[in-house]
Amino acid sequence: MTKTENKDVVIHIDETLCKRCGFCIEFCNTKVYEADQDGLPLIKNLDQCTNCRLCELRCPDFAIKVEVVNNE
Amino acid sequence: MAVKLSYREYFKEEALPLMWCAGCGNGILLRAITDALADLEIPPHQVVVSTGIGCWGKADDYMKTHGFHGSHGRALAFGTGIKLGNPDLHVIALMGDGDALAIGGNHFIHAARRNIDITAIISNNFTYGMTGGQYSPTTPLSYKTTTSPIGVAEPAFDVCSLSEECGANYVARSTVYHVTQLKRFIAAAIQKKGFNVVEAINTCPTHFGRRNIPGDTVEMMNYVKEISISKSRYEKLDEEEKAKHLVTGELVNRDRPDFLSVYREINPAASETGRGEGK
Repeated sequence: MTKTENKDVVIHIDETLCKRCGFCIEFCNTKVYEADQDGLPLIKNLDQCTNCRLCELRCPDFAIKVEVVNNE
Repeated sequence: MAVKLSYREYFKEEALPLMWCAGCGNGILLRAITDALADLEIPPHQVVVSTGIGCWGKADDYMKTHGFHGSHGRALAFGTGIKLGNPDLHVIALMGDGDALAIGGNHFIHAARRNIDITAIISNNFTYGMTGGQYSPTTPLSYKTTTSPIGVAEPAFDVCSLSEECGANYVARSTVYHVTQLKRFIAAAIQKKGFNVVEAINTCPTHFGRRNIPGDTVEMMNYVKEISISKSRYEKLDEEEKAKHLVTGELVNRDRPDFLSVYREINPAASETGRGEGK
């Protein structure tokens, strides 16, 4: 389980569910993710995340959860 | 303020991981359906998911609603029986392109003609994925499959035009790339009375993609994204380009009386013994 935090958004990636399709990496509008050697998404630019949650909705394996932690 | 329902109320998380291949969009479609049900706040026990056979036929295994996993192509036949038996239930038939239009082709056209109050959600990946990538009624002309190694010689069915001609009340097409649009159409179809069809253009990188689209899962998704365009953009294309694209959007939205309403009208005794008015 990868967990990276900034002040607003937490992204959880379940490595055991991820099948390395690469949709989250390719189709993120703000390029939050980069692939590791295995194709697993690494959260590289969390500060650019706009919480649009398209990566979560487009993950075919329910492996991504985008969570807002400071929702005031 | 009421707490918004989550897709988790409808999705069986303990059944993860999903059986589908890497890059298969069925999981995306499943998320869109469960999200739509959560938005509509329909209690899971009032929903019956009726499925046939194929990759997408496995979807009911991952849902907490009632499920009826029937034989190949018969999701609508079972769904019709379920709806008539208890009109209060929301019946959702999940079918693949082969399941709905080849094996269950007759059930499909007659369910639309009858305008029975069922939501049909068709996962169209242009091939028979589970049995090894044979060509289906929606495989585009000249595309390669295991049973058409030099290219399929038959023109494809347009699922949405067929549904419209046969009498469906609501017909919409979206893709597993356009996820928010897809969810919106599914929610609209579930709410609408009558036979309602949502065609979700899906990815099959394992069979369809490997034989036709150079690249990987991402290129398969890019293909789905690129062939799907809005009606206004489609109408500006020439005939050759039109053949390579599919129109997305709400294509039909009308109010023909559904089967049960007509049946009750011509047979008032049925209303007296019926178990409810349905949705």
